[in-house]
Amino acid sequence: MENRAVLLPQTNRDDWGENMMHARTLTIRIMRYNPAEPETKPYLQDFQLTEEPGMTLFVVLNKLREEQDPTLRFDFVCRAAICGSCGMLVNGKPTLACKTLTKDLPETTTLLPLPVFKLIGDLSVDTGVWFRDVSLRTESWIHTDTVFDPDAEEERMDNDVAQKIYEAERCIECGCCIGGCATANIKPNFIGAAGVNRVARFMLDPRDQRTDREYLELVGTDDGVFGCVGLMACDDNCPVGIPLRDQLAYVRRKMAQSAWNLGKTK
Amino acid sequence: MSHYDSYVTDVLVIGAGLAGERAAVEAATQGLNVIILSLVPPRRSHSSAAQGGMQASLGNTAMGKGDSPDVHFMDTVKGSDWGCDQDVARLFVNTAPTAVREMAHWGVPWTRVTMDKKIYDGKEIYEDPEKVGLIAARNFGGTAKWRTCYTADGTGHTLLYTMDSMVLKLGITVHDRVEALSLIHDDEQCYGAVVRCLRSGDLRVYTAKTTVIATGGYGRLYGASTNAIINEGSGMALALDTGVVPLGNMEAVQFHPTGIVPSWILITEGARGDGGYLLDKNLHRFMPDYEPVKKELASRDVVSRRIMQHIRDGYGVESPYGEHVWLDIRHLGAKHINTNLREIANICKNFRGIDPVTDLIPVRPTQHYSMGGVRTNIDGQAYGLRNLFALGEAACWDLHGFNRLGGNSLAETVVAGKIVGHQIARYTKEVSPDVKFSLMEEHLHQQVDRVKRLQSCQDGTENVYQLRREMEGILSRNVGIFRSEGPLQEAVSALHDLYERSLHIGLRGGGQGGDPELGAALRLPGMIRLAYCIALGALAREESRGSHFREDFPKRDDENWLKRTLAYWPPGADSPVLQYEPVKITESPPGDRGYGESSRASATDKPR
Repeated sequence: MENRAVLLPQTNRDDWGENMMHARTLTIRIMRYNPAEPETKPYLQDFQLTEEPGMTLFVVLNKLREEQDPTLRFDFVCRAAICGSCGMLVNGKPTLACKTLTKDLPETTTLLPLPVFKLIGDLSVDTGVWFRDVSLRTESWIHTDTVFDPDAEEERMDNDVAQKIYEAERCIECGCCIGGCATANIKPNFIGAAGVNRVARFMLDPRDQRTDREYLELVGTDDGVFGCVGLMACDDNCPVGIPLRDQLAYVRRKMAQSAWNLGKTK
Repeated sequence: MSHYDSYVTDVLVIGAGLAGERAAVEAATQGLNVIILSLVPPRRSHSSAAQGGMQASLGNTAMGKGDSPDVHFMDTVKGSDWGCDQDVARLFVNTAPTAVREMAHWGVPWTRVTMDKKIYDGKEIYEDPEKVGLIAARNFGGTAKWRTCYTADGTGHTLLYTMDSMVLKLGITVHDRVEALSLIHDDEQCYGAVVRCLRSGDLRVYTAKTTVIATGGYGRLYGASTNAIINEGSGMALALDTGVVPLGNMEAVQFHPTGIVPSWILITEGARGDGGYLLDKNLHRFMPDYEPVKKELASRDVVSRRIMQHIRDGYGVESPYGEHVWLDIRHLGAKHINTNLREIANICKNFRGIDPVTDLIPVRPTQHYSMGGVRTNIDGQAYGLRNLFALGEAACWDLHGFNRLGGNSLAETVVAGKIVGHQIARYTKEVSPDVKFSLMEEHLHQQVDRVKRLQSCQDGTENVYQLRREMEGILSRNVGIFRSEGPLQEAVSALHDLYERSLHIGLRGGGQGGDPELGAALRLPGMIRLAYCIALGALAREESRGSHFREDFPKRDDENWLKRTLAYWPPGADSPVLQYEPVKITESPPGDRGYGESSRASATDKPR
């Protein structure tokens, strides 16, 4: 008897989408540019294809490459909104292409590479190098003098603290918050919401022995946390839903306090 | 002669997932120069997608009480269907607790034991107040204790980000967006690799005292796989291509019971570990009928077969993408689902437009993991070529035998990284291989020549994407969960033809610079060679063991088949050659798993 699941209304939503009697013809307008051929200026190229049930931009772009233009460049890795590879501007909004369903798009969709990052070609941008640089500049690793003892029990941590760290750690470095940030678009060295959030992750971590003063040295600048002018597009654009506004406020508050106390304490 | 960049290092690690980075950290800590090569920025590696957790017998939770490396050992050996090397399994289980704690020291925010009220399978669990704040564990398939340490819904992500923070801290050089095309070797020693830059298309030469393959699995040889698209077995293909390094047990392919239909993205075992049910078209919970003890949490090979068997018996739910069953986690409640299983909720919402708090999830077994790989000894040294190591999913160490337990792969990356990394450091300090320029140039020019022939369509005009789809189809149709002689024979001869055709690919787009079609064309012949090894190994192995299930030989046959397949591809050959070696049994003689078909009195014992 316990083997029988409680009979609830069966999920039988007819949303496989197979009832696409009149499948749409989609126009995908893609920015083309190869930095290795600077004589050819960037241009928009239109591709047409028939919409399919459950289609995502991952499926669309691969179909276009395999069936229409094998030179088309774009980045996917996990295709499950986990790895952060496929950030791009979809009709002007920075988002992950892999989780964008075509059923939510109009008949004509424009795809542009994320701004701010170095362009590799077409829709492919160098987010990896950008984020590595920010991680190095913010020294995003645990700073500690303690030495790991292989024979000792692990140090205890309150689970709420662990969860708070994890909430900030969830950033997938896709760059959507950076591409959509007005400040990052005009200030090349600004670490952006992702950078500030990364700092917050280590500030929250009791294992990291850095003082607020040391964090102030790292990010208490115009390229750091004080570069933000509070437009908060980052908070709207984050595809994994990290509360970036709160994280920015948290770090700013700590840094402002620390700066205020300069000279008062050592 | 064209100009090319060259790099020299002590240790060259190919692959920047957890295994590669952990080994690199170990070698760098011991004072060696290390360069890591990666197809993608390291934090995008497929390790980040592991949601479930990492097995280590800390025994902190009430349901893990009494756990020990010995219990973990037996679970692993049973899970492997006695196909693993037991000395490796022993070393692994003994090291895993330290490895988990070390990751905590480096920054992983492991979920901790709390006194929060927990109900599991209708019973309340009372944690020991003494253990609050220590690393918690969840239930996973095929384990006697709750042993899988986790970080909410993102264990792989937090492990990889923490590991990569150590790589940054140690100043280890990482070259991302590059792909190794061949190993530089003279049939006795390995000296490094010829590498293509995926930004510019330029070829480079890396020479190293020690070369390490940590490129992950080959899931994408199959049409439907949970794997990231970069998991194309490239490191295994590099090793096989040398002609002297064998691949172990390539026919041992894991199908995960719950890939979501139809994008085949993984729904973690944590869903069942935390109490999820599998339901058929009548909404009947069918697993207890087949597996009264372990129910949904028998090992993955068994659960996958039971699902397919149930579908074959007419209980599948029909859909335009084939029949499936339902995964039901509604009874776990919104709070649990939206924290500890949030990734599942997101995947369901993003890719199927459903909410698992109120809706059933359509799932079907999907290719998930490669137990086989570059065959190494217990130190991680590859067979056949000195100065070459391999670890992680790319290797056949051989911890998993014919079926890997959930939570043992993340654990393997970090544990093997620690152990093999140490061996790499020790080894590298003692060798000083002397690479000849002529050898480097020979290997470089082979690749230069390949590129030119593809660009000019000199060898033919076969379409790389079309051939690739054919390969995926052959494996998916003929070398899946249920196998038998006819379809396997068909697969072998189809792959034989396909391999020949893959030598006649011509590019349609010209292949200039970092062109993606050129990348695919350079990769495909190696991928088909791997597929060939899988199919031929499966055809030859006339028994059923773990994930390898032959309908015409449904029993495990320890008398004839308690041995490991070694697949070689001799230089210039048009097909692989199979050899065998014994499996190391040190503690546990082959016995009954306690779940699955072989534990039953007879194969005709119908559960319904």
